Amino acid sequence: MPNKRTAITVKNLKKSYGKNEVLKGINLQVERGTMLALLGPNGAGKTTTVRILSTLLKYNSGSVTIEGHDLATHPDDVRNVIGLTGQSAAVDEMLTGRENLVMMGQLYRLTKSSAKARAEELLERFDLIDAAGRPLKTYSGGMRRRLDLAVSLIATPPIIFLDEPTTGLDPRSRIAMWEIITQLKQAGTTILLTTQYLEEADQLADKIIVIDGGKVIAEGTAKELKSKIGNDRLEVTFANAKAYSTAEKELENDLVERNNKEFTLTILIKDTDKDVERVLQRIHAAKLKISAMAIHKPTLDDVFLSVTGKTKKGKK
Amino acid sequence: MSAALEFSKRPKIISSLNDSLLMIKRSSMHIIRNTDQLIGTFFQPIMFLVLFTAVFNAVGLALPDGINYIGFLMAGIVVQTVAFGSTTTAIAVCNDLQKGIIDRFRSLPMASSAVLTGHVVSDVFRNTISTIVLLLAGLLFGFRPNASIVDWVAIAAIIVLFTLTFSWLSAILGVLAKSVEGVQWMSFLVVFPLTFASGAFAPTETLASWLKPFAENQPITHVIEAIRSLMIGTPAGNHVWLAMVWCLAILLISVPIATYLFRKKTTT
Repeated sequence: MPNKRTAITVKNLKKSYGKNEVLKGINLQVERGTMLALLGPNGAGKTTTVRILSTLLKYNSGSVTIEGHDLATHPDDVRNVIGLTGQSAAVDEMLTGRENLVMMGQLYRLTKSSAKARAEELLERFDLIDAAGRPLKTYSGGMRRRLDLAVSLIATPPIIFLDEPTTGLDPRSRIAMWEIITQLKQAGTTILLTTQYLEEADQLADKIIVIDGGKVIAEGTAKELKSKIGNDRLEVTFANAKAYSTAEKELENDLVERNNKEFTLTILIKDTDKDVERVLQRIHAAKLKISAMAIHKPTLDDVFLSVTGKTKKGKK
Repeated sequence: MSAALEFSKRPKIISSLNDSLLMIKRSSMHIIRNTDQLIGTFFQPIMFLVLFTAVFNAVGLALPDGINYIGFLMAGIVVQTVAFGSTTTAIAVCNDLQKGIIDRFRSLPMASSAVLTGHVVSDVFRNTISTIVLLLAGLLFGFRPNASIVDWVAIAAIIVLFTLTFSWLSAILGVLAKSVEGVQWMSFLVVFPLTFASGAFAPTETLASWLKPFAENQPITHVIEAIRSLMIGTPAGNHVWLAMVWCLAILLISVPIATYLFRKKTTT
């Protein structure tokens, strides 16, 4: 039952283009002030879902309620409570950053003075104040994406849709984006985020829904999914054959893989905090020399491997 | 700390009007900042004026008594310039539709057709500038109109109405086209024959016999003859009101069609 705490309720949402069924009955619910991540590969139906929820696309059947407004009958009411940051920066190239913000603010029905004040505030917050008077043609990819998000926030809508907000960004811009998103969440905004990166969903979201082929194939918190998916792995390479064989005996119960040519042992980690420390302490106590070490996080591939039961070719 | 936001509480019709004004401002900004296009806006009509006068003066067309070629040509070249200028709407609409910004507008609580209004109205501004430049250049090259103030007001009204009509038609083209290059070709293929198979550059009586019936009765000829009669006093006939009726009729059909197609295209 949807209640006052629910911001978005989607029931049995279906969408098809001709005979091509893109969404085959999506169900989801987002609580107020939380973040839900829609995780899936290209073509899973993530963007289609977001475009439907943000009133850009019509759907064939199902029901969608956003902040108590029925999407089918009151799309204008829905538009008043949402902000959208899509994959391609939805901003005007010929206008400056500031002009974009003020114009969009006014289109959100803010008064001109309020739109101007709010624009300055967002430019400051998103580190765009120096570039505010320049046309967008001169912006970098990261700046454009930040401005795009700022535009979505101009009228402080209670709900924000972020469609792959970090795809194509360099690592630094990605981290800056993550920080902004985290702040948004802390300020109480309800967020629906789509991503192809498990790490991103893990870092940011309260709850994750994995979709593939237009269907929800798994859902839960990052922790719940991970325990389903498999865990992090610690890969330790030893300096010589002697250290390797001693360690092999020492850590026997935890090993999932061994490579005696490269002197590498792979250890299953259930709890990153404790297990890594425990393993390292044992290696240290036995005075074994190591030459390299790495932690491998489960990837999206592993998620699909685990929840769909499909075997992935080309992977050991 | 974020300041409290103030939302304007205007009736829906007023805020829709405000959306259109914001979009007009946006499109006008595009025009001002697109320097290459702006230079074209000024020089293309002057180039045509000079070339046509030079070429056709030498040919020696049979013109009504007491009228020099530049006097005859002026109305034609104004209408041709405006017709070509209006196709910028098609390019602008097509451009918008291919970019993410259209998604933004669609997800806002605004009247999305304001996007079209913005491009059309800013096109009228630009065409007005082109026309004024053209008329001033004409005066330099020997154009001597004998229109009264009232005539000039009527001329301005006809030109604005014609621009609006052509821009809205052009908006339809912009929505239907698949690429900006496509738009350019399509508008060229529409505007070129329409303006040449008219009374723009030579009296319709002098045209090939197969072309004459079309040239004499098509809307652009009426618009040109209406402006010409007001500018230099050629016989007005029914041209003024026929021009008005044609433009209004096309406008009444093209505005809803453009709006409908635009909505349809942006909600699949």
